[in-house]
Amino acid sequence: MSLSIDDVKRIAKLARIRVSEDEAAGYQTRLNGIFGLIESMQAVDTAGVEPMSHAQDLAQRLRPDAVTEPNRREAFQAIAPQVEDGLYLVPKVIE
Amino acid sequence: MQWETVIGLEVHTQLTTQSKIFSGASIAFGAEPNTQACQVDIALPGVLPVLNRGAVERAIKFGLAIGAKLNRTNIFARKNYFYPDLPKGYQISQFELPIVEGGALTVQVEGDKPGDKTVEKTVRITRAHLEEDAGKSLHEDFHGMTGIDLNRAGTPLLEIVSEPDMRSAREAVAYAKALHTLVTWIGTCDGNMQEGSFRVDANVSVRPLGQKEFGTRREIKNLNSFRFLEQAINYEVRWQIEQIEDGHKIQQATVLFNPDTGETRAMRSKEDAHDYRYFPDPDLLPVKLDEAWIEQVKASLPELPEQKQTRYRDQLGLSAYDAITLTGSRAMAEYFEAVLAEQANPDAKLAANWIMGDLSAALNKAELDIADSRIGAGQLAGLLARIQDGTLSGKLAKQVFEAMWSEGGEADAIIEARGLKQMSDSGEIERIIDEVMAANARSVEEFRSGKEKAFNALVGQVMKASKGKANPAQVNDLLRKKLGAS
Repeated sequence: MSLSIDDVKRIAKLARIRVSEDEAAGYQTRLNGIFGLIESMQAVDTAGVEPMSHAQDLAQRLRPDAVTEPNRREAFQAIAPQVEDGLYLVPKVIE
Repeated sequence: MQWETVIGLEVHTQLTTQSKIFSGASIAFGAEPNTQACQVDIALPGVLPVLNRGAVERAIKFGLAIGAKLNRTNIFARKNYFYPDLPKGYQISQFELPIVEGGALTVQVEGDKPGDKTVEKTVRITRAHLEEDAGKSLHEDFHGMTGIDLNRAGTPLLEIVSEPDMRSAREAVAYAKALHTLVTWIGTCDGNMQEGSFRVDANVSVRPLGQKEFGTRREIKNLNSFRFLEQAINYEVRWQIEQIEDGHKIQQATVLFNPDTGETRAMRSKEDAHDYRYFPDPDLLPVKLDEAWIEQVKASLPELPEQKQTRYRDQLGLSAYDAITLTGSRAMAEYFEAVLAEQANPDAKLAANWIMGDLSAALNKAELDIADSRIGAGQLAGLLARIQDGTLSGKLAKQVFEAMWSEGGEADAIIEARGLKQMSDSGEIERIIDEVMAANARSVEEFRSGKEKAFNALVGQVMKASKGKANPAQVNDLLRKKLGAS
C-alpha cells in the first residue's frame, strides 16, 4: 500500500497540521517508508500470537471511586488566554 | 409501495459514580462552571488518566443484567476529533474489545389503542462500552466568542448500542423505556433525562418491505425525551420515504431534531467527521476483570424487571399489562410487594388496581414519585383489608383513600371518625328500599313491565339514600327480591 499526495493532505487536515505542497511530497516519501516497514512486519507469521494493545504486559490499576480533587479553577484560569464568568473563552465555533 | 422502517439506538447513560472516569473530580450536577474540572479534565500537559473502579463495576453490572458477554480483557482507545470542549483532542472510549458485548432486552410493545394486547419483542444489544463525556460549549452572550465549561468533561458514560432490530417508532420507544427502567433499576444511571443522564441517538433507515439489504441510514442525535424520540423517528421516516419516492437518494448524515417544529434537519456535511482514527490509548493498560469481582457484582443484582414481570404473571396471576406497569420502576415494584407483604390475605389484583389507579392518579396530581407517596404501603394494605372484609364499598373506600391522602392516618381510624362503615344491616337496607320504591313508583312499574334499566335507577336511588354506605351487592339482592315478591 502506498499513500497519494491527496491522502497525505487529508491526514494533515484531520490532524489540523498545515502542510505546504513541498512538505507534502517529503511527508509522502517518509510515510510510505513507514508503510514499507509495516509491510515487512505483516509478512511475519503471527498465527497463535495474541494481539497486544500495550507494550507492557500488565493490567490497568483501578482507583477507588472517590472525589479527591479540590476546585482549583482560579489557578488554572490564571494561565488561560481569556476567561469570563468562570468559562474559558475560545474563538466562536458552531456546528 | 410498502415500506419498512429499521431503527437501531445508541444510548449514552451517565454512570452514578461520585467522581469522573479518569480523575478524582466530582461529577455533581449544577456546579459553577469549571469548578469540577481538574488538571486531567482540562488536559494539562503531563497528566495521566487513572480508571475509576466504580465505573467499571457499573458496566459489569449492566452486562450481567442483559445477559451479555463480559470481556475479561477490554481496552481503551482514543477517538480523535477536534472541538474546544474536548481539550485533549481525543475522547477516551472503547473500540475493539469493549467491556460488554452481546446480550438482549425483551420489551413489551403497546398495541395501536390503549387496552390492546402488548406484543413481546426482543432487541439484541451489540455492545456497551465505557467512555468519557465531553465538556459543554456555550455559544451565546460572549461577544462573538464561545464559552467552555469543562465540568462535564470526563464524566463516566456507558454507551449502549442496539442492533437495528426495531421496526417502528413505538418499538424504539418501548426499548428505550425498558432500558431506562433497567439502568435506573440496577442503579447504574439515575435516568434524569432533563440533566442529560440518559441521551438517545436513533439510527433510522427505510427499505421496501421484503428487501433484505438495509437502506442508507441517518442518525438523529441527542434526543432527551421519549416523546421527542417518537416524534423525531416518525418525521424522519416520512421524510425519507418522500425523498425516495421523489427519486432522490438518502445521503448518510447526522441530523438534529427540533422540538419546536417537530422536524429533523441535517447538520453540516461530515465528509471527514467519521474518520476518528481510533487507536489503543497508550496511557491506559488493558482492563482485566477477575471472576471473583464479577461474582460479587452478580450477587449484588436485584431481581430484574423481566424476572418480576414473569413472576407477577405466573405466580400472582396478574395480566401482562399490570405486570409491566408495576415494574415501571423499582420503587413501584417495591411498593406493590410491600403492600402484598402487609396484607393478611394477599390479593395481588386488588393491590395492583389500587396502586395503578387511585394511588398513581394522586401521585401524578401531586407530582410525587411513589417512593415519596403520602400513603405508605402499610396504610394502603389496611384500606384494602376493609374492602376485602366488606366493611367498605368501592365508593366508600375511595372516600377513605382521599382522607388518608390528605390527612394521613390508618383506614380503621378514618372509617370510625367519619362513620364510613358500609351498611350491611339488611333491616336498615330494606327500610331504605321500601322508601325508595314508594317514592319511585314509576321506575318500579317500568321494571315490572320488563325494563331492566329501571332496576339500575332504583339501585342508584337506594345507594344515594344510604349516602353510599349500603353494600351494593346486598342492595341488589334485596331489591330484586322485593320487586319480584310483590
